[in-house]
Amino acid sequence: MNFKSIRTIIDKEWAEVFKNRMVLFTMIFMPLIFTVLPLVMLYFTGQEMGDMGGVGTADVPAEFLSACSSDMTGAECMQVYLVNQFLLLFMMVPVIIPVTIAAYSIVGEKTTHSLEPLLATPISTFELLLGKSLAASLPAIFVGWVSFGLFVAALPLLGVTKSVINYIAGPTWLLAIIIAGPLMAIASVNLTIFVSSRVNDPRTAEQISTLFLLPIFGLLFAQLAGVVVINVMVMLSFIGGMILVDIGMVYLGTSIFQRENILTRWK
Amino acid sequence: MIEAKALTKIFEIKKGDDIPAVVDLNLSIAQGEVFGFLGPNGAGKTTTVRMLTSLIGPTSGQAWVNGFEVGKQDQKIRRTVGVLTEHPGLYERLSAFKNLMIYANLHDVENAEKQVEKYLHMLGLWSRRDDPAGSFSKGMRQKLAIARALLHEPQVLFLDEPTSGLDPEAARLVRSFIEELGDQGRTIFLCTHNLNEADRLCNRIGIFKSRLIAVDTPANLRQEIYGRKVVFHLRTLDPAWKNSIENIEGVRDVQLVDQKFVVGMEDPEGLNPKIIRLLVENGADLLFVGELRHSLEDIYLQTLEEEGEIKDEL
Ligand SMILES: Nc1ncnc2c1ncn2[C@@H]1O[C@H](COP(=O)(O)OP(=O)(O)OP(=O)(O)O)[C@@H](O)[C@H]1O
Ligand SMILES: [Mg+2]
Repeated sequence: MNFKSIRTIIDKEWAEVFKNRMVLFTMIFMPLIFTVLPLVMLYFTGQEMGDMGGVGTADVPAEFLSACSSDMTGAECMQVYLVNQFLLLFMMVPVIIPVTIAAYSIVGEKTTHSLEPLLATPISTFELLLGKSLAASLPAIFVGWVSFGLFVAALPLLGVTKSVINYIAGPTWLLAIIIAGPLMAIASVNLTIFVSSRVNDPRTAEQISTLFLLPIFGLLFAQLAGVVVINVMVMLSFIGGMILVDIGMVYLGTSIFQRENILTRWK
Repeated sequence: MIEAKALTKIFEIKKGDDIPAVVDLNLSIAQGEVFGFLGPNGAGKTTTVRMLTSLIGPTSGQAWVNGFEVGKQDQKIRRTVGVLTEHPGLYERLSAFKNLMIYANLHDVENAEKQVEKYLHMLGLWSRRDDPAGSFSKGMRQKLAIARALLHEPQVLFLDEPTSGLDPEAARLVRSFIEELGDQGRTIFLCTHNLNEADRLCNRIGIFKSRLIAVDTPANLRQEIYGRKVVFHLRTLDPAWKNSIENIEGVRDVQLVDQKFVVGMEDPEGLNPKIIRLLVENGADLLFVGELRHSLEDIYLQTLEEEGEIKDEL
């Protein structure tokens, strides 16, 4: 494994990608909105906390009570229940950003025929794929973590109570942001590589690849409907499932990303 | 330096629907040779280059480049050859300098910046080093792509149609640069359908259309196909002289064209004085004498035509 080659690829990808407005826009605005929305929600529900004195734990879906610690008031528990819906939005960041970067990077190289001279250098296809994957997923993971950090840091300023903060900075969310996020980034990059090998327009590649968000939306609606409650157990099973998905996707990505394949089969 | 044994590539589109792009290619190219690979569109030139630079694997056969075997020592091959691909494939948003730096680093070139600077100067792109490659003209792009292929100082160079699509001026610049590279003793495999280019630059030429039809020096190809011919241009011509010329030993054939005799022979240096004497003694006014040179284009078209005829007979 030649780390200099991998670094060169990452450097090249970033030099190119950050000159692309579409990509930059996605990288900045989407996480920003996903950070601001839950803050706004927490702020307003916090304001009304006083009026919610009458809210008892009975008003929170029974399945969710397990997520509330015993020292939470009914109102706090309700707030935790609401903010939990936004966790899934946060989890879309490491899917959408890598998909956007990888789609532009791979379809772009395809249409300008710049992959062939690249493949004629001593770099191995695995190093090239790894470089491209890291270039697409590292910014997403970074942006995901930073926006979560900002989110948590803003909570006390908005008067969010300690037990709610403790919940948000607790195991369920941390598992989601720190572990599930990167796992989802890996899967979505490889899916995008697969899709990009078949289409010639980065936007098409992007749109098809973001279908990967469907399961997350599924989870979101299931939670809204009260069918599923996202707690540590659910998150751990999700991570377990994601590891399996990653293995499959990395296999798919590496099998499609081979010299001869790229030069003769990619259309 | 470059060696191919029964090298074959067959593309399988669907089951039973095969495209034989390269069939049974045997080649041996010596160090320092500039080899022209001449063939029409779709002949399989690019496919051959891709196999020899270990980008795609042959269906059968073997090849060696720089002593490394294709398919077995691929990385060593890629480390030691330079390739100008059919499309320049530059990073259009990045500067010329950055484009080259990426490749210098991938080849792990020592003193990468110095080397990049050297080639930007050499190809006259230094003043434009910070401009994005996307803003370059076709000729400049091609030059940048050639520079990219040279950064690691490869001894074997594959150039896939280096002057296609360039205006005469730009093509001339690129050509003289290739000449220079040849003079430096590099082995060059040059794909082209520009026949004058091949004639001027190459020590040997292979005429290729899925199969190698002919390989030789440009001079020998001319002779092989047409033999040597001398034209005797007279003021007035007496057809009776034809017979006398034919009777001279060593003359292969004589044709009559307008006021000219076109005489085929192996040894013009020996026979021309005899023929001239004979004509003058017979009272002919000799205006011009000259060797008939066939352009490479004639040879190329003739070769492909013959090949076609042979195929039709089969
Ligand atoms: N990936 C591929 N799949 C199927 N057929 C292919 C593929 N690549 C090339 N071919 C076929 O192989 C043949 C040779 O193509 P190649 O590109 O090597 O020709 P070429 O001599 O470089 O032509 P040109 O002068 O147009 O560049 C053509 O018939 C082409 O259609
Ligand atoms: Mg070609």
